[in-house]
Amino acid sequence: MPRIIVDVMPKPEILDPQGKAITGVLEKLGHTGLSVRQGKRFEIEVDQITDARLDEVRKAASEVLANEVIENFTVRVEEAQ
Amino acid sequence: MSGRVGVVTFPGSLDDRDALRAVEQCGFAPVPLWHGSDTIDDVDAVILPGGFSYGDYLRAGALARFSPLMADIIKRAEAGMPVLGICNGFQVLCESHLLPGALTRNAHRRFRCRDERLLVESVDTVWSNAFTDGQEINIVLKNGEGNYVADAETLMVLEAERRVVFRYLENPNGSMNDIAGITNERGNVVGLMPHPEHNVDPLVAPSTDGRGFFASLTNFLSRVAA
Amino acid sequence: MADTTANAANTPDVEQPWADLGLKEDEYQRIREILGRRPTAAELAMYSVMWSEHCSYKSSKVHLRKFGDLPKTTPRGELLAGIGENAGVLDIGNGWAVTFKIESHNHPSYVEPHQGAATGVGGIVRDILAMGARPVGVMDSLRFGPLDLPDTQRVLPGVVAGVGTYGNCLGLPNIGGEAFFDPTYSGNPLVNALGVGVLKHEDLHLAHASGTGNKVVLYGATTGGDGIGGVSVLASETFDADGPAKRPSVQVGDPFMEKLLIECTLELFAAGVVTGIQDLGGAGLSCATSELASAGDGGMHIELDRTPLRDSSLSPEEILMSESQERMMAVVEPGRVDEFMEICAKWDVEATVIGEVTDGDRLVIDWHGETVVDVPPRTVAHDGPVYERPYARPEWIDKVNADAAEDLARDALPLREQVLRVMGAPNVADRTWITEQYDRYVLGDTVLARPESAGMIRVDEDGLGVALSVDCNGRIAYLNPYLGAQHALAQAYRCVAATGAEPVAVSDCLNFGSPEDPSAMWQFVEAILGLVDGCRELGTPVTGGNVSFYNQTGETAIVPTPTVGVLGVIDDVATRVSSKLPDVGHELWLLGESRDELSGSVWADVVHDGHLGGMPPKVDLEAEKRLVALMSEAHGLVASARPLVEGGLVRAAVESAIIAGRGVEIEQQGEPVAWWFGESSARLLVGVDPAVAAEWNAACEKHEVPAVRVGTVLDGTQVRLGDMEFSLEELSGTWRAPIPAAMES
Repeated sequence: MPRIIVDVMPKPEILDPQGKAITGVLEKLGHTGLSVRQGKRFEIEVDQITDARLDEVRKAASEVLANEVIENFTVRVEEAQ
Repeated sequence: MSGRVGVVTFPGSLDDRDALRAVEQCGFAPVPLWHGSDTIDDVDAVILPGGFSYGDYLRAGALARFSPLMADIIKRAEAGMPVLGICNGFQVLCESHLLPGALTRNAHRRFRCRDERLLVESVDTVWSNAFTDGQEINIVLKNGEGNYVADAETLMVLEAERRVVFRYLENPNGSMNDIAGITNERGNVVGLMPHPEHNVDPLVAPSTDGRGFFASLTNFLSRVAA
Repeated sequence: MADTTANAANTPDVEQPWADLGLKEDEYQRIREILGRRPTAAELAMYSVMWSEHCSYKSSKVHLRKFGDLPKTTPRGELLAGIGENAGVLDIGNGWAVTFKIESHNHPSYVEPHQGAATGVGGIVRDILAMGARPVGVMDSLRFGPLDLPDTQRVLPGVVAGVGTYGNCLGLPNIGGEAFFDPTYSGNPLVNALGVGVLKHEDLHLAHASGTGNKVVLYGATTGGDGIGGVSVLASETFDADGPAKRPSVQVGDPFMEKLLIECTLELFAAGVVTGIQDLGGAGLSCATSELASAGDGGMHIELDRTPLRDSSLSPEEILMSESQERMMAVVEPGRVDEFMEICAKWDVEATVIGEVTDGDRLVIDWHGETVVDVPPRTVAHDGPVYERPYARPEWIDKVNADAAEDLARDALPLREQVLRVMGAPNVADRTWITEQYDRYVLGDTVLARPESAGMIRVDEDGLGVALSVDCNGRIAYLNPYLGAQHALAQAYRCVAATGAEPVAVSDCLNFGSPEDPSAMWQFVEAILGLVDGCRELGTPVTGGNVSFYNQTGETAIVPTPTVGVLGVIDDVATRVSSKLPDVGHELWLLGESRDELSGSVWADVVHDGHLGGMPPKVDLEAEKRLVALMSEAHGLVASARPLVEGGLVRAAVESAIIAGRGVEIEQQGEPVAWWFGESSARLLVGVDPAVAAEWNAACEKHEVPAVRVGTVLDGTQVRLGDMEFSLEELSGTWRAPIPAAMES
């Protein structure tokens, strides 16, 4: 089944305590200079990819999957394997 | 009885019984409300209690917002009904856009439960008019996602309109401007992370400052009735 | 294709992986004798997991029987359910009963600290629920390696977050517990979780399946591949020093599901639709089906393929062994099934009829119409092997006992420096970093919680309440396991009594090394003897408990850790006594006899570089009982009470001062090191209003409790200990720093 991917990320200006902690651990392990931000990925299976479907997913992302007060999201179609 | 106060139980609500008990101890008729109902019937005010509704999955408060009952609550809140959101209830109010901003993971990433000193910054709300301006109160705090964030403009508006109702004296979670609780423009909807329902019975509470919230509601309801 | 019973009968010579499943050859042969053929793969899975040490108690059974010899009554009445049920239940008056139990989740918490600890809490809560009780609180008794060890900095935050997340999401107050550090726990942390629940007498439910034709319903979470073999592999084998490769899959908890399961189950009880109930914990369906069936009056038939699965590729034996969390099994009359299903639907809890109670005495499990299990359920659940493991007093113990801490230099450091060392010792330091992560307020009935010495919960609006404390000092138990177990008992008993509650019953969690090591087995046997003798003398029955063996890393066993939980009853929680220092001007009295006892003490540990030798302080249960009698009768006269435990008088005085934010003055009477740091038992530090001092003194005399006035509560924040002067700030800083400093480094 084709998939639509929604990536949700904390907005750049919002503190991301989890990403910050991960950055800190990576630094301790010697991976310096890697600044991590943690987000969420949603995989949504649909029968068929159509513009109407993509619009519907965008609406769902805006209403439910992301809180646009603190998060941004992007919607894309998964590349064929 | 000076009024009927409903307390909503969502799947995963935890402090719903505590809120009902506090409502009763402060002289109101407690009305349990189930998230799956369509309307809240004849209550004078609603409390959205603490807990982890829907396990806090997706984001704290994000899924509870879509409960059938919330549609009615949003409508009535916009028409002026008093609504108090405590902890998870505050998160639900922000997710519902009844209050601005959002609550995110505590800056130190740990759950924190302690007796919190707060400053009352606005007495012009349904839920804070029995306090005095600048009064220091002590209310139980317990949360993992109580870190209040909002964009610069929203913060500016909140401050300018004196809608920050409670401020932390020792910021426990990284909240912007030390914000512990805020209100809407009309002053009928208040959300805060600390738990006033736990500060009513001196046997189990370090203070009884939570009674001030209910005294405020009594003041408001009797003014409306008058 | 599934290995059916018919197939097993036809292919007797198939090689079976009994050894990989942890069975011994003679155990495998016994299974063949019981069945009269080789077991099917599913039967082998069931027997192996149910006959593991964790489920069968095969090494401990012969010794645990001694608890059964204790009288089945508490000072408050009969036990309503005892050892052998999911949890013990006792009458506390007013028609109320209370159930409590401690269980270990040690090995899973090393592998994955967060989930291991979380599912430990989930398991104990379901045990409480299965008795028909509403869970009302949890406590956690934790053991870690040295605070400054990097692995402790991995394990401790994970365990604490796991205990916290799960309990917080369930809405259960965490009312107390302990955290203890010792090098022997470094590869083997202990996570012992205590659950307590309350119920009306008539709501008591027991785990049995009876009534031919009654339906067997599985409800709660779906079944996945969690912790397959977890019970036998995790609980029965020691970790290799080099081995993440052997790490089995861990169970993952969903506290939101468990919260729904609790509310749903309580509504099912209230509706009267449950005939029998059992929670699914270790050994999952294998345990639930065989235990329910063997406790009932008939057999049971299960259609295993009806089990709702999270992973459709699971084989029948994997389904039987799965330890997926948040599942329960109920026996329901056919006419009530619809009602049962409606209540589950209200709470969004999935429920499926997977079988029924049958005539006869067999547990038969089918998989898509073919029989894969056909066994007498008792042979799985109860007739497992019983071992009389050899035990012997280790030779090293004489040498350890001869190395008395009382002989160590008492002036190695200036006395003032010794006070600061003891107050900053990991085993004394402030636990707020841990306890702040636990909700202690939810449910609105927490009368006392950390940093008080016992937790207390209000049970009804008339003020009836229960107090609980859980304690153990493994270092003392290492010096002498018999006395160590009695010290654990006496300390929990004293901590409960200090609140004004009457201690009435005991639950234990016995954590030891390998039972195949005669020294560890000897420690275990001695600890049980100590507990049985102690409980008999105190009149407190053991209502249930748990054994955890194989707590060792390579050859190094943990110090013996017989954790003891004591439950007390108080008629009116409004009369409870806090351990916080009372108002300025109150007198402080030391109750009990102070001796020159320093072996196993915090002082020996931190002033003398980890010294552990000598004999434990004297156990004086008669004196403990007199303290209880005094506190029960006269706690209305005292304004505060703090039991003396690890760290002795100096800790009791300084901690209660820090918590209250008040200064204090304590005289020095006798030799300073023993006076400030000695750990003699049966002692309390109490605050008394001078106006009632004479009356108080008379009460002490009446109960023959030695009582001496040692100090006063000061105006201001000075702490004067004999000639030593401290500011409260200095002591508080020393006491509060160690755990945050280690965890946030």
